[in-house]
Amino acid sequence: MSIPARLLQMLLTLAALSLVFYLLLGLMPGDPIDLALTADPRLTAADAERLRALHGLDRPLWARYLSWAGAVLRGDFGYSRLFARPVLALIGPALLSSLALLGLALGLAVLAGVGLGVLAALRPRLGPAVQGLAALAQAMPGFWLGILLIILFAVTLGWLPAGGAAEGGEPRWPFLVLPVATLAFGHMAAYARHALSAMRGAMADPWIRTARARGASEGRVALRHALPNAAVPLITLLGLDAGSLVSGAVITETLFARPGMGKLIFDAVMGNDYNLALVALLLVAGVTMLGNLAADLGQRALDPRLA
Amino acid sequence: MAVRGGAGLLAVLALLAGPATAQPRETLTIGITQYPSTLHPNIENMAAKSYVLGFTRRPLTAYDPNWALVCLQCETLPSIENGLAVREATPDGRPGLRLTYRLREGLKWGDGTPITAEDLLFAWQAGREDATGFGPAEFYRSAYELRVIDPRTIEMRLDRVTFDFASMGDFQPLPAHLERAVWQADPRAYRTRTLYDTAPTNPGLWSGPYRVSGVQPGAGITLARNPAWSGLAPQFREIRIRTVENTTALEAQLLSGQIDMIAGELGLPVEQAAALERRARGRFHVEYRPGLIYEHMDTNLDNPVLADRRVRQALLLATDRARIVAQLFDGRQTVAHGPVNPLDRMADPAIRQYPYDPARAAALLEEAGWRPGPDGIRRNEQGARLVLDLMTTAGNRSREQVQQVVAAMWRQAGIEARIRNEPPRVFFAETLSRRRHQGLAMYAWISAPEAVPRSSLHSDEIPSAARNFSGQNYPGFRNAEMDRLLEALPTTLDAEARRPLWARLQAIYAEELPSLPLWFRQDAHVWPLWLEGVRPTGHLNPTSLWAEEWRSR
Repeated sequence: MSIPARLLQMLLTLAALSLVFYLLLGLMPGDPIDLALTADPRLTAADAERLRALHGLDRPLWARYLSWAGAVLRGDFGYSRLFARPVLALIGPALLSSLALLGLALGLAVLAGVGLGVLAALRPRLGPAVQGLAALAQAMPGFWLGILLIILFAVTLGWLPAGGAAEGGEPRWPFLVLPVATLAFGHMAAYARHALSAMRGAMADPWIRTARARGASEGRVALRHALPNAAVPLITLLGLDAGSLVSGAVITETLFARPGMGKLIFDAVMGNDYNLALVALLLVAGVTMLGNLAADLGQRALDPRLA
Repeated sequence: MAVRGGAGLLAVLALLAGPATAQPRETLTIGITQYPSTLHPNIENMAAKSYVLGFTRRPLTAYDPNWALVCLQCETLPSIENGLAVREATPDGRPGLRLTYRLREGLKWGDGTPITAEDLLFAWQAGREDATGFGPAEFYRSAYELRVIDPRTIEMRLDRVTFDFASMGDFQPLPAHLERAVWQADPRAYRTRTLYDTAPTNPGLWSGPYRVSGVQPGAGITLARNPAWSGLAPQFREIRIRTVENTTALEAQLLSGQIDMIAGELGLPVEQAAALERRARGRFHVEYRPGLIYEHMDTNLDNPVLADRRVRQALLLATDRARIVAQLFDGRQTVAHGPVNPLDRMADPAIRQYPYDPARAAALLEEAGWRPGPDGIRRNEQGARLVLDLMTTAGNRSREQVQQVVAAMWRQAGIEARIRNEPPRVFFAETLSRRRHQGLAMYAWISAPEAVPRSSLHSDEIPSAARNFSGQNYPGFRNAEMDRLLEALPTTLDAEARRPLWARLQAIYAEELPSLPLWFRQDAHVWPLWLEGVRPTGHLNPTSLWAEEWRSR
């Protein structure tokens, strides 16, 4: 399928997803006024009816969806009930924060994971150690590792902040170190295991024997001949992870009290903030689809048989 | 959320912690667990907003830390005796009141504009307009007229006579010189265009000792001294309020010195605070204050088993609340004997109590026809087992622990508790509000000093399809005498005359047990040893309303 056709398909998918998300959010038990009633004992039944009418919650779900979709087509993405701000004004900073966190974490995870995988493929005696480390990284819950890192580096040594984000003129990097390390350690496992497996397969291929017979060094064999072939499944994995760049990491963001997309989406869904939840979820879906498209194109570039 | 699981580890390893990094005493950083969804004083009500606004604006009246109603922006509380409250008839002949409030001299908004009666008039006009979208509008429906007498004085007419007429609740001046134009442009859009949310750092919005100087949506709010404040000068140049929703992370930030104190209104659960106090002894002061959050178990009186008063009493007698409080909450909750907090001036110390008494519980169940079965669970004459649903909000670790202990205690009494938990939104919006709970439902009410519990106890307030499921009398309690008391209490102006009515209300409640009282939750306020002057209130008016008194040693 051509790229314009893929992009058109993505747009249609996003339109269908917007309807599905809207219906799912709208059908969840309770509405924002129900939530307000539980928080404010002074709200009466008359107040609830008045507020429902004011917020348009007394209209059928389909009518609300059509109003929302019409406004979006006019470029109005609505207003967040939860944060009393336009949705786009909220998503911008959260997205930047998540991109910084997830981008660094994924970059570190890919570098460390692929590096370890390649090393283990070249030095088979290191294989069990790398696999053990990958298993540990995969098995250790992120929140647990995060707490351990906070205790060591923030509470005990006092070298790094326990959480939050930089303010004013404060340097940003100290606030990123612990959350990036926490996230990267978990993600690294998948890349290490896939890299090891792919490299082992590639190193057994006939052209590797040919390269060796022609006198190429082991390093050159691995990096110039085996790694490009082993990269195809890794690129697929990276494409699938693209969505997480904008979906954030709710547990890490909560643990380190970092404003980001994961926490924003969680709060929006739990707080019945339809406008915010919808736009954020559609953004995640859109970026995931773009990531997959980019991965397909990357695979085609690396392996002409896929073109 | 799963991250809570790390609290224990954090607490244990906190022993290793070195001293916190010292904060400059010019600033104070406070951690809270919720972010306010709006900063407008009258749109939406949430504890985080009340806490932040406590620093930055002052209401006309408030309950002080001793639970006494006081003037904050007014000169004198109106009363019949001082002539500032006058009984009169409404235009349609009903009993009403005329109240006179005079603003204190020298009050100014943060931009130097004087606070005047026009600001109260604007607040009243905006509240009277349905499209504005203020939360509770009962006050604005009742206050049918407001006249400006002079730049500092208003006269207000109410269409009812209630004992708490002097309390203005959330009614307070709004800066007409800034907000009136926004409101008049489009009242329906006011809630999204108010300067409180679109330009919160505008100093003219604020009337407290501090003003908002920075906002980081979802993460924190920074406050600076308000130069136009005419009261006691606050000490801290800047107060930073940081939102850390996860209490483990909140505790970590406290231990690492990133925040100085944790607000009790929105802070650590008492058991976590008690653990922190033990393990980080000497670094922080922890003050526990009983509050108005009433944990209880609602019955459903449509269930024939629970319709029998003896069964309800037996359930409470078989629940060792003192032991639960001691073991799960470090003894820090106040065991409740009814819906009125012991600190409330109308609490009746002679209310019937139900100390743990398994023998008495067994006797009552025998009397009600429930006899021990072969599996230890009691059965009635028809052979039906004594099984009751016990519901609460899923994910609330504290309640789920209590639920397990209660179920074990009831099992010893021959009662099987079938645990059925639901996410809070399902539990409140679908199950309770439609009275779909079949057995007992554990949750909490929050109230105010001497709040008449009409919505939860009057028979008119039983939710049903016919009245669109409004009302909060979820047990379905009907008692003619209780209805009469609930109607008489608000209109009895003399406090001493109300006292016997309150005593009778509490006696009926304790006898009938439409809900099983558990405890009043305590707030755990954690502040550094160098800070003094914080006075926890335990009610809806937060400690921050008196922040100008806070000082560092």
